[in-house]
Amino acid sequence: MPKVVLSSGSAGQSFTGGQTEFEVEATTFRRLILELEKRFPGLGRQVEESMAIAIDGEIFQDAYAAELKPGSEIYLIPKIGGG
Amino acid sequence: MNYIDSSLKVVGTRPIRPDGVDKVTGRAVFAADTRASGMLWGKIKRSPHAHARIVSIDTSKAEALPGVRAVVTSADFPDIASEEAFVGEGPMNFRDLSLNVMARGKALYEGHAIAAVAASTQAIADAALELIDVQYEVLPHVIEVEAAMAPDAPILHDDLFTAGVTPAPTKPSNIAKVVTFKKGDADAGFAEADVIVEGRYTTQPVHQAYIEPHACLVTYAPDGQITIHASSQGHFMIRAYTAKLLGLEMSNIRVNPAEIGGGFGGKTLIYLEPVAVALSRKSGRSVKMQMTREEVFRGSGPTSGATIEVKLGAKKDGTIVAAKQVLKFQAGAFPGSPIGPGCMCGFAMYDLPNVDVVGYDVVSNRPKVAAYRAPGAPITSFGVESAMDELAIKLGMDPLTLREKNAATNGTKTHYGPTHVNIGFTAVLAAVKSHPHWKSPLKEGHGRGLATGFWFNIGGESTATVHVNEDGSIVAATGSPDIGGSRASIGMMVAEVLGVSAQHVRTVVADTASIGYTFVTGGSRVTFATGMAATQAAEKVVDELKRRAAATWDIPVEAVEWKDGMAYPAGSNAGAFEPLDLASLALKQARTGGPINAEVSVNAQGAGAGFGAHICDVSVDKETGHVKIERYTAIQDVGKAIHPSYVEGQIQGGAAQGIGWALNEEYIYNAKGQMENAGFLDYRVPVASDVPMIEAVLVEVPNPRHPFGARGVGEVPIVPPMAAIANAIRSATGLRMPDLPMSPPKVRAAIDAAG
Repeated sequence: MPKVVLSSGSAGQSFTGGQTEFEVEATTFRRLILELEKRFPGLGRQVEESMAIAIDGEIFQDAYAAELKPGSEIYLIPKIGGG
Repeated sequence: MNYIDSSLKVVGTRPIRPDGVDKVTGRAVFAADTRASGMLWGKIKRSPHAHARIVSIDTSKAEALPGVRAVVTSADFPDIASEEAFVGEGPMNFRDLSLNVMARGKALYEGHAIAAVAASTQAIADAALELIDVQYEVLPHVIEVEAAMAPDAPILHDDLFTAGVTPAPTKPSNIAKVVTFKKGDADAGFAEADVIVEGRYTTQPVHQAYIEPHACLVTYAPDGQITIHASSQGHFMIRAYTAKLLGLEMSNIRVNPAEIGGGFGGKTLIYLEPVAVALSRKSGRSVKMQMTREEVFRGSGPTSGATIEVKLGAKKDGTIVAAKQVLKFQAGAFPGSPIGPGCMCGFAMYDLPNVDVVGYDVVSNRPKVAAYRAPGAPITSFGVESAMDELAIKLGMDPLTLREKNAATNGTKTHYGPTHVNIGFTAVLAAVKSHPHWKSPLKEGHGRGLATGFWFNIGGESTATVHVNEDGSIVAATGSPDIGGSRASIGMMVAEVLGVSAQHVRTVVADTASIGYTFVTGGSRVTFATGMAATQAAEKVVDELKRRAAATWDIPVEAVEWKDGMAYPAGSNAGAFEPLDLASLALKQARTGGPINAEVSVNAQGAGAGFGAHICDVSVDKETGHVKIERYTAIQDVGKAIHPSYVEGQIQGGAAQGIGWALNEEYIYNAKGQMENAGFLDYRVPVASDVPMIEAVLVEVPNPRHPFGARGVGEVPIVPPMAAIANAIRSATGLRMPDLPMSPPKVRAAIDAAG
């Protein structure tokens, strides 16, 4: 199962009681959101609305289909905008 | 398809810019140039108080003034609920946006919109504003960030509780959010450090200072159809926000993108459009609104001012073993400073084992902040890169060597989590090392500073269409307002794919009813993301052209190849046919299947991060404190420069804005919380004589996730200048200037204090 790390700078930790690392049965970002919502109600929406996912260093934003693989480095980080 | 290793004929060249003639001859149509029959002028009445309860608003005298057709207040807008969304250039609460566009109950900063009028002339509108009677209960105000964080500070919002702390607070606070990033064990790292430096730095809020003030022309037709002409970084953003704030359906709003006179992030919000719609709806007439420069300063958002505390610990050999940072960002009157990226960007250039960053998002009685190039990164980097310079001095080490020793490379794990991939920071530092500027001896009395910077860059949603005209010429349309040369870059990528010259392709920005959704022009995303959509659309057109040639020759499409703008039979077995060019294929498009075009929408991922390094030489007049920029070189990894002149222009522009941020720009408030320098005479942006020729050096480490290898380029160049200049002043005078702007009075005072 892929291991996902909730970046320490995110608001998501308020849903998890401080837990930052999860093993999640998910092969896509969408499935990850659903699983997190199931495990920590409210977190899935938080992740979907305000967070990006970095998979092996590449940042994906608003990408349900982003593929999660066991062994990949997976971080949930604040979504990035710009000026 | 990937063209990174291809032999390119158009991409990488420097054709004449497509918007150049219109702009230099004054023909380009900006929002302020638009007119409509029977048009009224809309004007906004703004709060003179930094913080006040609105007791009453009496508009009767204004409404009775001949020529006045409509007056609106917050009562004319839906009282919408709090709703968080990430729809513009960052997290946005629509209720806050609504309250920022038109105050309801409280004025939260001087310049906050209280009411608006529409009248037949500007003079009548101005007179009507004077006739609106607003009764205020003036409240204590707070301007500076640390004062706003104090326990006894006046509270702006009774319903704002600090997020990101446990246990959840029970009392409201001006601290909207606390964010933390940790990697390793910073305290343990400092314990093993041989050398430690600490510093406290401050930056001022600075305005994007786009030359064109906000403007729009709105027509609310009797059937409820709304047409908006506006200058912005995203006409789809204007449509969405206006619809949301007024409770309208988006299909009833059509936004036409006017030519834009600069944005730099500041036009990723709305201020006027919903007000103009409300006035037009009430008056039944078209309404034109345009801010004065004073209104731009008082009523629209600058970027945050901040305090930055930095601590670095290193071994004697220069290896940094620990880093700490505390950032306190002003958000203005509503939450939403760029504190997240501020916390993430400061140390992103370095490979650090132990990092601890804490950031605070703090509201105070100032205009709500807006995005500004690489939001948050220049602020955090001013502190970090100044501290890096101090560390180099304390270590007795060359500042470039210190950075080389600790530079992030592919595989470096950042303090915010992800590992860097496909980055070119070491290539940038190598370019610094070999550059004649870095190698040249310093002139007598001059000082030299070096600073680096990072920005993520983003992708996102974009739509592009490519049409083959009946004569074989090409139109490429996108939904991205052109702020930094995207019409050129997109047209060039389309031309490259089609095998024609750049002049053969006309690129336009289509309105919201004429092309699919496209996210704002920001985050350095357009050449990357919209360029990706345009490239794919051009590839689809090529596929279609090959089918048309196959139909003409009556051979299988697999037997056709496309080269240099023409269809050829793929080898002798395909048949002996004369090549067909675009004009020939377009001429027969009806017979071969109809119009030839393609539209592609993408949600682009894989934007490559950008890194830059700036070298600055200064001289300091010790009598006046004036700092003169003597030489400036900006080096940046740009992936692939599609149109190098535009890329150089972006880098020069970012550096010039950074020079203003470093040396002169600041908001000056009086004791009542009113801005005292709301104009370019007193808010001093750099003028031509302040800025030398900035040499832009393009390092091209291709981004493999873009068909041509492009990375965003527009934001990185504003990140290093403030620290590069501060470090140069330190080199010239021996004085560390920790507070921006490093204006003549401050520099003179520091010289005097040093004796």
